[in-house]
Amino acid sequence: MSDNKKVVVYVRLKDGVLDPQGVTIHKALIQMGYTDFVSVRSGRFFELEIDDSGGDIDRKIDEVCSKLLANPVIEKYVVEKA
Amino acid sequence: MKVGVVTFPGSNCDYDSYTAVKHILKEEVEFLWHKSTDLVGSDLVILPGGFAYGDYLRAGAIARFSPIMEEVVKFAYSGGMVIGICNGFQVLTECGLLPGALMRNHHLRFSCKFVYLRVEDNTGRFTNACRKHEVLKIPIAHGEGNYFYHDDEVRELEENGQVVFRYVDRTGEVTDEANPNGSLNNIAGIVNREGNVLGMMPHPERAVESIIGSVDGLKVFESVRAACVQVAGAGGK
Repeated sequence: MSDNKKVVVYVRLKDGVLDPQGVTIHKALIQMGYTDFVSVRSGRFFELEIDDSGGDIDRKIDEVCSKLLANPVIEKYVVEKA
Repeated sequence: MKVGVVTFPGSNCDYDSYTAVKHILKEEVEFLWHKSTDLVGSDLVILPGGFAYGDYLRAGAIARFSPIMEEVVKFAYSGGMVIGICNGFQVLTECGLLPGALMRNHHLRFSCKFVYLRVEDNTGRFTNACRKHEVLKIPIAHGEGNYFYHDDEVRELEENGQVVFRYVDRTGEVTDEANPNGSLNNIAGIVNREGNVLGMMPHPERAVESIIGSVDGLKVFESVRAACVQVAGAGGK
């Protein structure tokens, strides 16, 4: 069994940034008759497996998120530890 | 003038740029492989259109970490001229050489057609061969060209005259119908504060011969050539 650390990173658009994909999915829901769904925001998630024997892993995760996984101009992220 | 055209895995407008410079402009041009760290003495570096690294994650997000980009960033910070076209514009925003971000087109479709651009500033290095408010006919071909930036920051861009091209109708009017992707303020192209880095979604290199529909794109390259001559005349790079 590997004892690597596992984290999940959720990346989504910041509030107020238009999400055309979410809007289109929402329109489809309305068309399907699901009129009780008020809005949809889309996003994506990443599962990261980390060998944390090198230490300082929280800082590294944060760097990876802000430098690569998310574009801080338009996106925000949340890290969930497994 | 010597031009370097970067080729990333997935670039597909590198030959268009190369051809425009070599055969139409008749200037010296070389391809720059993404793994190289040598800009071979280029006066202008072009980041071409395409889908660098498959556009995985976000358009331009992976390309910015390729070895050549480190050199391109240094080159830009030292005043060298850089044009990012389409995917190249996306790379420039991802690496921080240009502000803002390019998001999915508001209608979610890939858009491939001629559009009209109004030259908002004709004093800079990339537009000096144009008249102020001249309307250029240049094609677009992208799915993620929706320029976004936060309100205050866009205001600053506008005030600094960094918005150089805007989507307009053929008479030069800024309208919603003329905006092909939902870009804020109909923004089609911007420069950095220093004016030596240009990013634009439309493809000037695909509008250099009348047989393919327009020669208006040449004006961007002719402007750069004039800027190079001016720099050389002033006694250095």
